[in-house]
Amino acid sequence: MHVTDIADPNYFHKVVDCQWACPAHTPVPEYIRLIAAGRYADAYMINWYSNVFPGVLGRTCDRPCEPACRRVRVEENNGESPEPVAICRLKRVAADYKSDIRHRLPSAAKSPNGKRIACVGAGPASLTVARDLLPLGYAVTIFDADPKAGGFIRSQIPRFRLPESVIDEEVGYILDLGAEFRGGQRIDSLKALLAENYDAVFVGCGAPRGRDLDLPGRQEASKYIHLGIDWLASVSFEHVDKVGPRVIVLGGGNTAMDCCRSARRLGGSDVKVVVRSGFEEMKASPWEKEDAQHEGIPILNYLVPKAFLHEDGKLTGMQFQKVRPEYGEDGRRKLIPTGEPDQIIECDEVLLAVGQENAFPWIERDLGMEFDRWGLPVLDEHTLQSTLPNVLFGGDAAFGPKNIIWAVAHGHEAAVSIDKMLSGEDPSERPLPAVQLISQKMGIHEWSYDNAIDPDQRNKVPWAPAEQTLSNIGVEVELGFDPALAVREAARCLNCDAQTVFTGNKCIECDACVDICPMDCISFTEDGEEPDLRQRLTAPAQNLTQDLYIGGDLKTGRIMVKDEDVCLHCGLCAERCPTGAWDMQKFFLEMTHAGPKCRTPGRKAA
Amino acid sequence: MTWMTKPKMHHPTLPKNQVGYTRRDYEGKVSTLCAGCGHDSISAAVIQACWELEIQPHRLAKLSGIGCSSKTPDYFLGQSHGFNTVHGRMPSALTGAQLANRDLVYLGVSGDGDSASIGIGQFVHALRRGVNMLYLVENNGVYGLTKGQFSATADQGSASKKGAINTDSPVDLIGLALQLGATFVARSFSGDKAQLVPLIKAAIRHRGAAFIDVISPCVAFNNHTGSTKSYDYVRQHNDAVNRVEFIEGKPAIEVDYPEGSVLDVPQHDGSVIRLRKSGEDYDPCDRIAALNYIARHHAAGEVVTGLLHLDPEARDYHQHLNTTRTPLNALSTEQLCPGAEALEQVNKRLR
Repeated sequence: MHVTDIADPNYFHKVVDCQWACPAHTPVPEYIRLIAAGRYADAYMINWYSNVFPGVLGRTCDRPCEPACRRVRVEENNGESPEPVAICRLKRVAADYKSDIRHRLPSAAKSPNGKRIACVGAGPASLTVARDLLPLGYAVTIFDADPKAGGFIRSQIPRFRLPESVIDEEVGYILDLGAEFRGGQRIDSLKALLAENYDAVFVGCGAPRGRDLDLPGRQEASKYIHLGIDWLASVSFEHVDKVGPRVIVLGGGNTAMDCCRSARRLGGSDVKVVVRSGFEEMKASPWEKEDAQHEGIPILNYLVPKAFLHEDGKLTGMQFQKVRPEYGEDGRRKLIPTGEPDQIIECDEVLLAVGQENAFPWIERDLGMEFDRWGLPVLDEHTLQSTLPNVLFGGDAAFGPKNIIWAVAHGHEAAVSIDKMLSGEDPSERPLPAVQLISQKMGIHEWSYDNAIDPDQRNKVPWAPAEQTLSNIGVEVELGFDPALAVREAARCLNCDAQTVFTGNKCIECDACVDICPMDCISFTEDGEEPDLRQRLTAPAQNLTQDLYIGGDLKTGRIMVKDEDVCLHCGLCAERCPTGAWDMQKFFLEMTHAGPKCRTPGRKAA
Repeated sequence: MTWMTKPKMHHPTLPKNQVGYTRRDYEGKVSTLCAGCGHDSISAAVIQACWELEIQPHRLAKLSGIGCSSKTPDYFLGQSHGFNTVHGRMPSALTGAQLANRDLVYLGVSGDGDSASIGIGQFVHALRRGVNMLYLVENNGVYGLTKGQFSATADQGSASKKGAINTDSPVDLIGLALQLGATFVARSFSGDKAQLVPLIKAAIRHRGAAFIDVISPCVAFNNHTGSTKSYDYVRQHNDAVNRVEFIEGKPAIEVDYPEGSVLDVPQHDGSVIRLRKSGEDYDPCDRIAALNYIARHHAAGEVVTGLLHLDPEARDYHQHLNTTRTPLNALSTEQLCPGAEALEQVNKRLR
């Protein structure tokens, strides 16, 4: 195998599983250490630069980082149930306990650069574009149909998960940079907007249309049947404040979970979620399903809706066909009727949360912008430009419904594209991230990070009492970690950014690292092809998604192989190394955002 | 030394042996030796061998004397019996323990100072009596604890870290063991576990006096140019006469090796030591030829390693003395103290 090139920023980035999995590539272990040290404002600022909405995301993020967390793999067969570090909820701690950080934010540009940008929709993608471009002197105008900025963050996420004060604070930081926000102004024509001669237009209007369910009785009982996302927005803006006692929520995504829990708080005493597929296949995040069940909401599966039942224009219930899954030879699942009689579930109202679609009725098709056969704009997936290069898309509007953190990541990338394009550069040349690799050695056996391995299981976030939260939709359910609990949870982080860096020509092949490694990660062996090599290491390297770190330059001609999979980053290899061939070095990677650094000459990797 | 204890967490696929232990269960405290010490590798090899042999930790006793080497039993087999004797007196303590309870596995751990200097008298007698044990010397050629003076096994002409040349001739522990009638004699290198682990396994299962001399570089005081016990020197001059495979139960018949290159030596307990010869034809069962071979190659500056001598007809001290098969702690008071009448009978026979 080839000796590993650690100068490639991707190599160690992949080792920091959480950061690699995060669409915005937030340096997670770095801010977790700062939280453990009580430096909440510093932790917040690292987040703020990377993901723009730490307080919002610390409560609502879809957390792609957590399933990726190395702690899960490490706790396999080592504890009761393997669980990731509660990364998302630690982020909230930084937001909750920080001091005033306003003086640390970038200031509004002193002089405009003469370029005007329009953002359609005031959701997280547009706001990120605005945040990245405003300090550079761009004039950014944000349009939204709603009176307040925030987009789905404000309209879709129930208050018991995200208090409005947090939205106001973090959206405010961006508007205060000098954005022009035009609330209540829906864009009905891209042609008209382009006629205003903006230098670039960013479309971050989300995926605003909920999918309907055309079944018998839909028209007759329409008064009692609501599209989930529209209903949530009505709840959010307080146009709806009560619901019938018996509610059926159709759908298995996170919107369905928000719908059922909201209904539970607005008078729904008998709320059920009904899904076509199996419980395990539901799209909702596992923790959101758990939270709903915890509030006494049953989730019924393998029921296909057949009809809305009604009497005298009033909804009385729903009829479902019972099905079971069957897997074809191609591995695809089919739902086969079981032949049992249909199930009738009585109800007063139905909330439809069976999916969302993007719709761009306001984009004229004669502008020269290409659309695919699903009616979505054809985009360059790196630059996010449409076939009209000065019109860019991001967030749910780009590739269909995702989540806030993806919207933020798109916003950063679109801002880079805009900045490069308007500086006369080729946006397809993407800037490399900024990378640092710094030794953590403080003394013979001292490192500047806490390398002891904490055996604790994941700590639970405390909840407010159910009698308070279920009676008032405005009461936040999760109380968040307090500082003491945050320190305990932070201790579970393995500091995966403290990289094991190997220097072959210093190694005397004494085996000390091999012997001390608690996870049997290190081997010295004859070179070979990767599949063969993976089988003959100290412990077989079965996880093909994790790289092997190959070190050469050894006197015996062998190679050093380190399986990155379950390394604890405890530093014992480096402590037991007599020659300093192993060193623990902190890898810090920051994505390059819009500004001089993203322009040529591009920065070089470390 | 390392301040932090080794985390209890282990690789998710870490297997258990037939008696229900993982390899980690055979570990001891974290080592306080210098980082990179060859002795730590030997500890790891002992751990691996005992796990593979499926020895129940409480059925093994580890005994040692004084020195860096003799500290190591603290760093492996933390659940086994241990005895740290005064300097050089491990062999007599071990002999006594073996006589009292032949049902335990005895592992004597010593160093070049403990065995070739202060304890040489004890060393020779334990071997010539055929005490059933593995006598393991962790041999680095220097007194590491007192900052690197030559030990009695340092080769004549080799240089100290400061450049002084050793003028004394070395004690050849392998040669002594062969002369004294040890029935299992091997030499290995701490930096080569593939060789060392099977040797330790075979030696533990050998009934009789088994001796392994493990060259174990002292990273702090004897790992420089001019040393003959450094990692580089041993790697460059290693002459392995064979590779050992220890097979419990009846081995499968090898088909893909040319005739004569594999030698199976059956052991009293039904296991087999399989030797794969390398290079020059070497017969480990011929003790005198072994002595000659080793002396000749040592004179040429080579470090001969592998299983150097194995006596298939080995007998141990218990057999020599015709002692009871029952451990003393399992005998009743009546059996141990048969009374004045029995004493009288014994005395009568001696008159």
